[in-house]
Amino acid sequence: MGLSIIKPDTRINFIGYRKVAFVLSAVILFLGVGSLLIKGGPSYGIDFSGGQIVQIKFDSQPEFSVLKDGLEETGLPGLTVQRFGQDADNEYLLRISASEIPSDTLRDTINSAIGAALPQANHHIQRLEMVGPKVGADLRAKALEALFYAVLLIAIYISGRFEQRWFASAVMAGGLALGIYLLKLIGVPLGGLILAALAITVGLCWKLKLNYALGAVTALIHDVTITVGVFSLLNKEFDLTIVAALLTIIGYSLNDTIIVFDRIRENIRGKAKQAKRDFAALLNGSINQTLSRTLLTSGTTLLVVLCLYLFGGGVIHDFAFALLIGVLVGTYSSVFVAAPILLGFDPATLQREPKEEQPEENA
Amino acid sequence: MKGTLGLRIGLSLLVALLGLWFMLPSIPMVRDSALDSVLPDKQINLGLDLKGGIHLTLGVDTDTALQNQLGQIGRDIRQVAREEKVLVLKPRVLEGQRLAFTLLKNEQREELDALLTDEFSRMRVENRQDVDDGKMEYVLTMSPEYRKELTAMTVDQALKTIRNRIDQFGVAEPDIRKQADGRIQVQLPGLSEPERAINIIGQTAHLEFRLVNDEADLEKAAQGILPPGHELLNMRIKNPDGTFMERPLVVEKEAAMTGEHITDAGTAFDRWNQPYVTLNFNARGARMFERLTGENVGRRMAIVLDGTIHSAPTIQDRIAGGRASITGNFSVEEAHDLALVLRAGSLPAPVNVLEQRTVGPSLGQESIEKGVQSALLGFALVFVFMIIYYGFAGLVADIVLVLNIMLIMAGLAAFGATLTLPGIAGIILTIGMAVDANVIIFERIREEIRRGLSPRAAIHEGYGKATLTILDANVTTIIAALILYEFGTGPIRGFAVTLSLGILASMFTAIFVSRVLFDLYANRTPAPQKLSI
Repeated sequence: MGLSIIKPDTRINFIGYRKVAFVLSAVILFLGVGSLLIKGGPSYGIDFSGGQIVQIKFDSQPEFSVLKDGLEETGLPGLTVQRFGQDADNEYLLRISASEIPSDTLRDTINSAIGAALPQANHHIQRLEMVGPKVGADLRAKALEALFYAVLLIAIYISGRFEQRWFASAVMAGGLALGIYLLKLIGVPLGGLILAALAITVGLCWKLKLNYALGAVTALIHDVTITVGVFSLLNKEFDLTIVAALLTIIGYSLNDTIIVFDRIRENIRGKAKQAKRDFAALLNGSINQTLSRTLLTSGTTLLVVLCLYLFGGGVIHDFAFALLIGVLVGTYSSVFVAAPILLGFDPATLQREPKEEQPEENA
Repeated sequence: MKGTLGLRIGLSLLVALLGLWFMLPSIPMVRDSALDSVLPDKQINLGLDLKGGIHLTLGVDTDTALQNQLGQIGRDIRQVAREEKVLVLKPRVLEGQRLAFTLLKNEQREELDALLTDEFSRMRVENRQDVDDGKMEYVLTMSPEYRKELTAMTVDQALKTIRNRIDQFGVAEPDIRKQADGRIQVQLPGLSEPERAINIIGQTAHLEFRLVNDEADLEKAAQGILPPGHELLNMRIKNPDGTFMERPLVVEKEAAMTGEHITDAGTAFDRWNQPYVTLNFNARGARMFERLTGENVGRRMAIVLDGTIHSAPTIQDRIAGGRASITGNFSVEEAHDLALVLRAGSLPAPVNVLEQRTVGPSLGQESIEKGVQSALLGFALVFVFMIIYYGFAGLVADIVLVLNIMLIMAGLAAFGATLTLPGIAGIILTIGMAVDANVIIFERIREEIRRGLSPRAAIHEGYGKATLTILDANVTTIIAALILYEFGTGPIRGFAVTLSLGILASMFTAIFVSRVLFDLYANRTPAPQKLSI
């Protein structure tokens, strides 16, 4: 046998910690969502808001304040200057909120402003991106749609696959389509539609007692919201690559949740009587049995993502950061959010729920 | 399972070799070596974010194109009606893509209606009402199909024009494709002069008919000595092997006629089944063309598009009726293409740059180096960790991991997919997650061994129980990847492709190939009593 981090007989009472975990999740969610509300939504990068960015590389580190003042004299609308990538790269990113300035004019303006402010500094423009306002709005709509359909299809798949209840999941899909159709009729904007769709999905899962789907979907929403919240708290920009990261997080978090659920399902089949008597113990047992795998996989994935974050370069930095948060939160949520929901919303087991202090037996 | 082991080994080796075969051409070192001639041509395309270049999204202003077309139809109706002695006044384009005109005598209503049905069947009469002095006011709209067709044609023409321009500009491997909502995406890899490219793309196609001066001395003309009012232009001539050569011709500086009077262009076949291009002129154009051809019988007329002569046929006869044809040594596609270009010239739709991304080649180079370096580092760390943690089984995991990466590369090359920076991230993530499948299996086998099973039985049980879990987990990730592909654009699609390929590859390697390796190990004689896992 090779090494093992988790001893085979480990019995941590994860379910017992669920209230602590719920409070912790609630606090982080509250902070993130609060920050989003105060700031009026995520700070969109040019992919979604339109505008231009210019990445400039200097041969040597310029005086930041001189560079900033020099560029501000150009009077370009909404101009911000910030450092990009690692310090040693001597790179700066400029953002301009207007997209109608022709790119050659912009190039000339910036080059002459830098030339005037820092005559000694050798520089060249490495990247120039312009996104028009209409394209930006389209990209935003598409990104939201992608997130929404991902969650929906996954909910349907889980209900069908785990509970053999394809009919109920079809009812859910139908109900959701109807709800969205009605909301569209009264002209609810896209952002509202997505929120409503998620609310309807969760509501229908609950009503139809699609507990596995409910657990998984809640965990997904939890993870995505926390990641977006952290981005908002840290004033990081939200662009297309971050949406890719969020979808990866959805995939990853789900992967994690399903492996725990899979073991729960297997244990319920094997121990049908015990399952009815002590569902909490069964959940705990299942989580403990998969714990070793959970930590190993998260560990190796984190290792790789960390390499990306540290050494992947400026362009990929924020993407890797989103994945870093997502993998951590995704691992946490499958243990502390998804599994307890199976317990919490199942009326049959709710009454027989053991006291939390009660020691574990027969995992 | 034992009986099929030989078969399974064969299949694993076959897939591994196929993977290697498709992957090798994408490695620069191999490509430069002698091996190159036997290997497939396909290699992994690098996205613009990795090799630098220009990405443009252009919006074709189809509304303006429709407005122009309506104005043209209005003039045509007036002209056709006049030939039938029906007087139609003041054709004008109204808001909402409608065409209005006045019929001078409302008793000619039936005649005009019949004429509209016969000749302009794709227009619908929206409104018809009497106004003072016995006149009648008409409002026409395009039928929805016609509007759709015209819109699609406008975008196609714009696409064609842009493609021609880029070809003239000489960019290697440009990628130009139509997107939804009348948008055109242009990718010009490796180009470092974005402004020049954008300017060339943004120009409108300009067609001219110019008379050729065959008496002029070409040698003198080449030295710049030209008859007054003439200039030297090149004619593109296709060689039998498909390449083009240029032949200079002296033409009049002033165009005898321009493409603005062309209402339509198409292709047709003569009685020898040779394709040629047909042109329709509007009423004014028809008159001009009739006069032009009538006065210059026997001379050559150059058809000049954006300063290049495309053909220079000799005028045989006066051409009346507003129809003309351009013959030449066309293939069917060439005739079709020329017709498209001519139509684009006659139906100019302004093109706006909606999105522009320019990545300098140095940044691309740096990105790919950093991406690959961090990938290799992550890979190495996981590699070492697995051997330390699982022993022999870890080695199996590493072998299938290498195969996994090879298959992703091979898949990218074989499907001609584009590798972007997020794509590299996708591969790195797959490495992390491919380990997961192995870990799930190994942990299961460990459990079974703890229960006291022999290595062989434990392997059997472990794989049996883990397979379903892995399938469930991967199917959901595939769902996410498919949605990413469907809704994603550019780099995100690249990410979705590598993720999907990675998941498929990891399912095959983790469930199938690693099992083969374990079975080989467990089926040794004497049967091993312990399993290093």
